[in-house]
Amino acid sequence: MIRFNLNNKAVEVDVDPNMPLLWVLRDILNMTGTKFGCGMAQCGACTVHLDGQPIRSCVMPLSAIADKNVDTIEGLSTDASHPVQQAWLEHNVPQCGYCQSGQIMSAVALLNEHPNPDDETIDNYMQGNICRCGTYPRIKAAIKTAAKNNRSAFDYSLAKDVGAHV
Amino acid sequence: MSNHKQIKSVSRRDFLRYTSVTGGVFVLGAVLPSFSPVWANAATANDASNTLNLFVSIDDDSTVNIVCHRSEMGQGVRTGIPQIVADELCADWSKVNVVQGLADEAYGSQNTDGSRSIRRFYTTMREMGATARAMLEQAAAQKWAVPVADVFAENGMIVHKASGKALSFGELASAAGQITPPAIKDLTFKSPEQFKLIGKPVTSVDLSDVLTGNTTFGQDIKLDDMLYASIERCPVVGGSVKTFNKDAPLKVANVLAVVEMPKQSLPVLFKNLNGVAVLASNTWSALQGRQALDVSWDLGANQTHDSEAYLTELKQRIVTKGKPFRQIGDAYKAYESSEQSLEATYTLPYLVHAPMEPPAATAVFKDGYCEVWACTQTPQSTQQNVAGALGIDKSKVKVNVTLLGGGFGRKSKPDFSVEAAVLAQKTGKPVKVVWSREDEIRHGYYHAISAQHFQAGIDANNKVTSWLQRTAFPSISWTFTGTTDEPQNNELSLGFGDLPFDIDNLSCETHKAPAHVRIGWMRSVSNIQHGFAIGSFVDELAEKVGVSTAQMWLTLIGDDRIVDPKPEGFDYANYGEPDGAFPIETKRLKNVLNELMGKSGADQPTADNEGWGISVHRSFVSYVAVATKVKVENNKVSVLEMHSVIDAGRVINPDRVKSQQEGAMIFGLSIALMSEITLKEGAIEQSNFHDYNVLRMHQSPKIVTHIIESTEAPGGVGEPGVPPVAASVVNAIYHASKTRIRALPVSKHFTV
Repeated sequence: MIRFNLNNKAVEVDVDPNMPLLWVLRDILNMTGTKFGCGMAQCGACTVHLDGQPIRSCVMPLSAIADKNVDTIEGLSTDASHPVQQAWLEHNVPQCGYCQSGQIMSAVALLNEHPNPDDETIDNYMQGNICRCGTYPRIKAAIKTAAKNNRSAFDYSLAKDVGAHV
Repeated sequence: MSNHKQIKSVSRRDFLRYTSVTGGVFVLGAVLPSFSPVWANAATANDASNTLNLFVSIDDDSTVNIVCHRSEMGQGVRTGIPQIVADELCADWSKVNVVQGLADEAYGSQNTDGSRSIRRFYTTMREMGATARAMLEQAAAQKWAVPVADVFAENGMIVHKASGKALSFGELASAAGQITPPAIKDLTFKSPEQFKLIGKPVTSVDLSDVLTGNTTFGQDIKLDDMLYASIERCPVVGGSVKTFNKDAPLKVANVLAVVEMPKQSLPVLFKNLNGVAVLASNTWSALQGRQALDVSWDLGANQTHDSEAYLTELKQRIVTKGKPFRQIGDAYKAYESSEQSLEATYTLPYLVHAPMEPPAATAVFKDGYCEVWACTQTPQSTQQNVAGALGIDKSKVKVNVTLLGGGFGRKSKPDFSVEAAVLAQKTGKPVKVVWSREDEIRHGYYHAISAQHFQAGIDANNKVTSWLQRTAFPSISWTFTGTTDEPQNNELSLGFGDLPFDIDNLSCETHKAPAHVRIGWMRSVSNIQHGFAIGSFVDELAEKVGVSTAQMWLTLIGDDRIVDPKPEGFDYANYGEPDGAFPIETKRLKNVLNELMGKSGADQPTADNEGWGISVHRSFVSYVAVATKVKVENNKVSVLEMHSVIDAGRVINPDRVKSQQEGAMIFGLSIALMSEITLKEGAIEQSNFHDYNVLRMHQSPKIVTHIIESTEAPGGVGEPGVPPVAASVVNAIYHASKTRIRALPVSKHFTV
């Protein structure tokens, strides 16, 4: 039995500790907002936060997250009100949408670390997240909008993602 | 508006049958004419039908349910189709509920490929909306006992002009449902100036769900008591299972069954591949169990296929005289007597789709019936192929279409649904077949490896007097016949035999190219290699005679006219359009090029190690020109910016057209710069995104899109942006570095 906090709620699962977090979320806990894209940390579709840091859940064994805090797209907001979701809305970013949970979780982490990222910082931080539809120009624009729009909301988000679990 | 359709009322029960949701009070359906699919062969012939198509229903609370019978894969069809209906209906967009249609031939074609959802259904959607509006107006007029001419529809209400009194659609729905639908010839339609939704950047109906992770893709389906299946498939097409360890996987925790897939032979069609499935209570356990299978294979005849050696053979063959299929004058004679000449051979590798969501399908088989949930572009083909595999009538197969995490043509092949259905039948349990990324890269329906050869004869006045072009690639038809060994008419119609040039002496030819892997259509299909080759050769010709590339294009295209390849011996398919519809118009082709040159700055000087490249191409009855600027430094190519101009006729949702153009530039850049599938001993060498490269954020340039405002009928949008990209990139590299790349991808020659 392994316990961890998922979107600020305690959960317990009784499966093979080697099972990657991705499959725990999707198959065991029915949280399908986090997507399977490659299974080897190449595409970023499965990005979630572990104690506030972005990780690829497809290669993170369950054993490594015991007693830690996991945040997924479902925990960001249920009404798309998070500033990054709002920026995504403003720029109409998604096409098929499949990679966007991972893109958004990476972008939230990026902005927590770099509140005003330049192009190079965005490129470096986001290059692990593939979008085959080609929404990169809009993702970049949305990240800049989110950075500009709502600094105070980011302070809140930072507190929520990193601090609230302590 | 067309007059070959009828619209009739559909019962609530029928609405339930077609959509699996409770229908409203007021339901309409249209009868559509049959269309010949782009790929008019045995595999897809079933998607041409002639019965009920699209439905509108209105609930008592004024919710307007509009069916989208086509698949959403990011192109915006679940927004675009309802936009058209709702506009003519004068509906309140905030009350529109989009309902995904089940597989049913009653809808006509649901095969969401060939860039044709809007192209084929624009008129019908308007008729659907206009019919529903007319019936609501009639109902209101009867209620108020006034002439119908005295009422009008506006924003979900019917209003009486004189008194200003109004009734909502919901209040009128029941009465409207009793009214006989008017004949199409009696319908009135909005003038374009009256459009409130058509031509507007309406936000995607699924956007909020995407942003909160509240979406259901094929991979997300979960049923009670469901088994997760992972299948080890033969690495060589045509090979089969010799032996495997059935016991070892069952020792892995949570693995519940090991099932050998039914043994299949050529043609591959949409049948399952030979292999062994491991079924478990979760995906991870199935993947673990699969590693213990230890399958030995009889690899079969294709195990000798080596893509590098194959391409060398193609290149040798393509420089010899081929089989002509379109000719003007005597290209050979004119070539021999020409003052100057130029020849070049271009090659492209196999490519795979790599949608972010690998294929996935879930099936239940019970009491002789099968229900499927799949991220499919082609629900009716899924229905038919599942029925065939199970040996039941297709009326006993229900297919639910989920959202698609990208498609690009991969998901118009229903093989993965067939696998799920077969395993559901064999196990008696619900089964979800989960394709891994490795499965997707190694067991696809590949874009064909190809070689193209061009020869131009030029006279003393620098006029091109002779044009010889040849193409060779394994045909998609092989997938369906197992024997086809040369390009077919439908493929030659994709940007090759429809060459729109004004040349006195022309010969278009093909060469043999047998197939050794499953060949399939991928975003813009054979236009990929043809657009690359023609766009490159025009640039080379321009350099040869010392004119700008844009000028060379304009000269070759010639005067404003309609190009018809049929009198020259080529049975041109023109994307399945009837004779006379959507002709090849040189004026529109030149216009997108001229707009591009005016708006991109591609004719401006650059720094020494930078360069612009351009190309232009007509496909899916739309016209696209692309300009790309690159920098070549320290043997590394960086793409700095891209501009595209698209003339797709009337545009329904300009923001989604823009997003498709952006996506097409990036899809095209992956093809141009870095994507390549190779085979050794009959097996695919690549396996995941570390060795099958696709464009990432840091390689993505600034992209500017221009949309031509047009009142022409809507053309295709999803695919036409792709074909000019690769040529624009290699041309830009040439102008930046004087290095001419004729073999894609660019990563063979430069760091990217």
